[in-house]
Amino acid sequence: MYAYVIRRLLATIPIMGLVAVFVFLLLHMSPGDPAAIIAGDNATEENLEQIRALLGLNDPLHIQFLRWLERLLQGDMGVSIYSGLPVERLIWQRVEPTLLLTLMTMIIAITLAIPLGVLAAWKVGTWVDRLVMTVAVLGFSVPVFVLGYTLVLGGSIGLGWFPVQGYTPIRESFTGFLLHITLPALTLGLVYMALIARMTRATMLEVLNEDYVRTAYAKGLATRKVLIKHALKNAMVPITTTIGLGLALIIGGVVVTETVFSIPGLGRLTVDAVLRTDYPVIQGVILVFSLTYVLLNLLIDLSYVFFDPRIRY
Amino acid sequence: MAYPFTSAQRGISLRTALMAAPLVGAGVLAHAVPAQAQDGSVLRIVPHADLSNIDPIWTTAYITRNHGYLVWDTLFALDEDLEVQPQMAEGYEVDDDGLVYTITLREGLTFHNGEPVTAEDAVASLERWARRDGMGQKLMSYAEGFEVEDDLTFTLTLSEPYGLVLESLGKISSNVPFIMPAELAATDPAEQVPEIIGSGPFVFIEEEWQPGNLVVYERFEDYVPRDEPASYAAGGKIANVDRVEWRYIADPATATQALLAGEVDLYEQPAVDLLPQLLDDPSITVETVDPLGTQGLMRFNFLYPPFDNKYIRQAAMWAVQQPDYMYTIMGDEEYFESFCGAFFMCGGPFETDIGSEPLQTQDLDRARELLEEGGYDGTPVVILDPTDVPVAHGQSLVTAQALRDIGMEVELRSMDWATMTSQRASRDHPEDGGWNMFPTWWLAVDQLNPISNISVAASGDDAWFGWPEDERIEQLRDDFARETDPDVQMEIVEELQEYLYEFVPYIPTGQYYQPTAYRDNVSGVLEAPVPFFWNIEVD
Amino acid sequence: MSDKPFTPSEPSRIAEAFASAWDALRRNPTMLFGLVVLTLMAFLSFGAPYFGLLDPLRQNPMDRLQDPTLQYFLGTDMYGRDLFSRVLHGGQISLLVGLSVAFLATTIGLAIGLIAGFSRRVDAVVMRFMDALMSIPAILLAIALVALWGSSVPNVILALTIPEVPRVVRLVRSVVLMLRDQTFVQAAIASGTSTARILVRHIMPNTIPPLIVQATYMCAQAVIFEAYLSFVGAGTPPEIPSWGNIMAEGRSYFFQNFGIIMFPGLFLAITVFAINTFGDGLRDALDPRMQRRV
Repeated sequence: MYAYVIRRLLATIPIMGLVAVFVFLLLHMSPGDPAAIIAGDNATEENLEQIRALLGLNDPLHIQFLRWLERLLQGDMGVSIYSGLPVERLIWQRVEPTLLLTLMTMIIAITLAIPLGVLAAWKVGTWVDRLVMTVAVLGFSVPVFVLGYTLVLGGSIGLGWFPVQGYTPIRESFTGFLLHITLPALTLGLVYMALIARMTRATMLEVLNEDYVRTAYAKGLATRKVLIKHALKNAMVPITTTIGLGLALIIGGVVVTETVFSIPGLGRLTVDAVLRTDYPVIQGVILVFSLTYVLLNLLIDLSYVFFDPRIRY
Repeated sequence: MAYPFTSAQRGISLRTALMAAPLVGAGVLAHAVPAQAQDGSVLRIVPHADLSNIDPIWTTAYITRNHGYLVWDTLFALDEDLEVQPQMAEGYEVDDDGLVYTITLREGLTFHNGEPVTAEDAVASLERWARRDGMGQKLMSYAEGFEVEDDLTFTLTLSEPYGLVLESLGKISSNVPFIMPAELAATDPAEQVPEIIGSGPFVFIEEEWQPGNLVVYERFEDYVPRDEPASYAAGGKIANVDRVEWRYIADPATATQALLAGEVDLYEQPAVDLLPQLLDDPSITVETVDPLGTQGLMRFNFLYPPFDNKYIRQAAMWAVQQPDYMYTIMGDEEYFESFCGAFFMCGGPFETDIGSEPLQTQDLDRARELLEEGGYDGTPVVILDPTDVPVAHGQSLVTAQALRDIGMEVELRSMDWATMTSQRASRDHPEDGGWNMFPTWWLAVDQLNPISNISVAASGDDAWFGWPEDERIEQLRDDFARETDPDVQMEIVEELQEYLYEFVPYIPTGQYYQPTAYRDNVSGVLEAPVPFFWNIEVD
Repeated sequence: MSDKPFTPSEPSRIAEAFASAWDALRRNPTMLFGLVVLTLMAFLSFGAPYFGLLDPLRQNPMDRLQDPTLQYFLGTDMYGRDLFSRVLHGGQISLLVGLSVAFLATTIGLAIGLIAGFSRRVDAVVMRFMDALMSIPAILLAIALVALWGSSVPNVILALTIPEVPRVVRLVRSVVLMLRDQTFVQAAIASGTSTARILVRHIMPNTIPPLIVQATYMCAQAVIFEAYLSFVGAGTPPEIPSWGNIMAEGRSYFFQNFGIIMFPGLFLAITVFAINTFGDGLRDALDPRMQRRV
């Protein structure tokens, strides 16, 4: 088993290496001259030449890549063109809101979606099933920000329950944090919820047809017990996989949600960087998001070894 | 290098960040939030833009200028009568020929690092500023140079008399001649200073700076304010709050809500469309703190057709009308002049509407005739369109429609403001990344006379973006600069403006007034063209 | 629901797929509803220039931010432009982006997937590449690409296509791998049929049904992602209205006139909902195995 874990870990290295190549090429395939972008308004040709020399932009591309990779591995992601600050510092400043928003979203979505999915599978073909599935398809169909603004209008301005925007660090005030994070987490949670609910329903339907479930029913076990203990437990592997893969949806949604609610997280950092064509920051954010995504999914994969006794390697 | 910080100053390595980010949430919480000075008074404002560059000599961006006023101080400063007063300077003397200015610094001024402010620092700072700033360059073209006399005294020697020496040194808006330590002032003006050390009333807290979100200043305890009351940039700059926080909120609607909810104390530039909500709340004051206002403008590029032709520029001016622009970008008549035909601002010392008929009347037929006269051949007009800044985006849209109405081909090239500020510097052909027109705005204080209004300068390559070249304009501007009698200056301005309406260096799209809004716990907001943060108290 | 699953052991015909889709359509009212709504949206959007609407680009500074009136059915935006006309015209870009992304991603993915599935050497390289591409969250990659290339409709289409390609490749490859060892393919190889011919004649037809289903989902997602891109300022240029950029421009004004976000949002949601229900119906009819893939 350890050999398997190590093999899986090693397998992520070439993938992350390729991601690094993509990310590196992003800046160097850009139409503008990076030196001109960095130099700003009134740069003379001499300034540009100086900057090119300093950044090594005159060297062959593969040399530039190796140099960039070397610095990256030492934890140096370069310097923001826009503010002149180190990219890793900018990212670090923004981690908390995004991390907690993602966590809250996952908690809300998973606690709602799995029961809904089980319910729909149990009542398959009835109006309950159809309602749950319609809501789920709607979840895929409404853009995150339309939902966000609707919630702001209803929950903040209409009811006055929640602040409209912004973020309170959890250390400053836990209540403030909760009030600020609820609407964004709900907004972001809908798509994710839709995804998990559909997956839960589909897997449950399959599992419910398996022999052992029928046997359990035949033995006269209570429906609830069969559903949760026998069926759901066995359906958890594909559902967990979906939870992991669906993180990509959350990461995409974070970018939009943080903009709607003015949350100073990584998503806003991404949007700002894009608007300002601040390539080093764009590169840094993509690397961090991708690495997190890959590692989390790896963790989920590995967790099956512990959770599902049938899986052996 | 343009990078303000060296790698040695970087806080946390990527590796630490990455390891921690997905796995140990609790660790993040302990580090990501900087400790806050909770006990002192804090002024929380929503600035009009995010602070991107921190060197106010390197960039003319207003946000950087405002940041500069917190951190640095100036030798001279403009007061509300538009007169220049000594600020860091104790005083100055001019010799009988008007050629040698001897300037003495106040005693006891120190920088934030504890070093005293010396004449050497002042000279180094002025020299760097004068290489970058338009008015500084003009001043130096009449000057032989600065000379340090002793620790607190230096001289400026002119080669011939110049009427705007103090106006230049006491310039209130970008680029402001801030005084920095000589080591910082030794930085190449084409690069940003590597750190922020000033002698102004507030200290920039670098560790807490979060670009795109938060900028923090704390009171400088050793600042020595003047005894006179504060008046524009002049007088005593007394810091009444311990801490100033700039909390940037990009979306005007959310910023408005933040002010309503008391999450911030002052909103520098609320959108006029959103004012009704603020006016409804009795705990919020909405006022126009800059009585002089702002001039919107559409700039032409003189290097390429069709606007290298004055008939076509005239046609554009006949095609537009100011109310279209003003209703689009400001919405409410209360905040703009129904018409202002003065290139040097309505309400300023050189206001005149001489020659302004083409701007005042919209006449599409006349415009089409002029297009024909200028031989317009359907060349597309590339208008840069910064979609993230409503004031600029609106001007581009209105112009595009007006030009289409008279039969011109228009291509709106959309981008964000920051990109536009670098694109407009491009002298390439409009098809290859250049441009024909771009929108912007200047504060009235920047436009009050033919020297400070750099968008009328016509010195070709050295002129502001657009690079018009015209000897007569430059001659008149020189005459103005040498003249010291205000009446004669006015005559020169009239002659110049009449000519400008024929030459059309840009289209003034109107004069408007930007309101500021703040909560009732804030008092002492100064009336001034630049938002100053001294004198303000917070309960 | 159709109970005629595709058995991979026999090469199926594309015509057969269409037949069962048609069959499903007749028996499944939600799917029919999806198709009807979709057709209606396409008609409204692409017909917009011929309905005698107000010019969607014409600004009227005196009529800004108006509520719905007889002159302006859905009100006006912050430049006094007619929202009704803008929303209808806006559908053109959104649908164009959705359809193009679905078509391009399917075609490119199909080609790569067929080759990768059949050649072990190509497979190793290509799939590593695809894995890497898939580990970058799609919307982030698209945003970065548009930021890089500049905003234009073709760039947006391409930027949204690239992150989708790996998903198609994986799907196609899995079908190919499954069929490669089947007797009818082995028999074709043994009888000396060229690889290209086997791929096109025997294998490709079996990939079509799941691909059509996948394509509808990609189309729906691309319509939403186009709106996201516009919303963060990396979308189609604001001069040409699309549902995404109408909402993006209106977001600062959502207190004054929520219609600027709500109406295009409603059109978009209805359209995407229609595509999704249509897709669900297709999936039930064509590819029951895909139910598990959500």
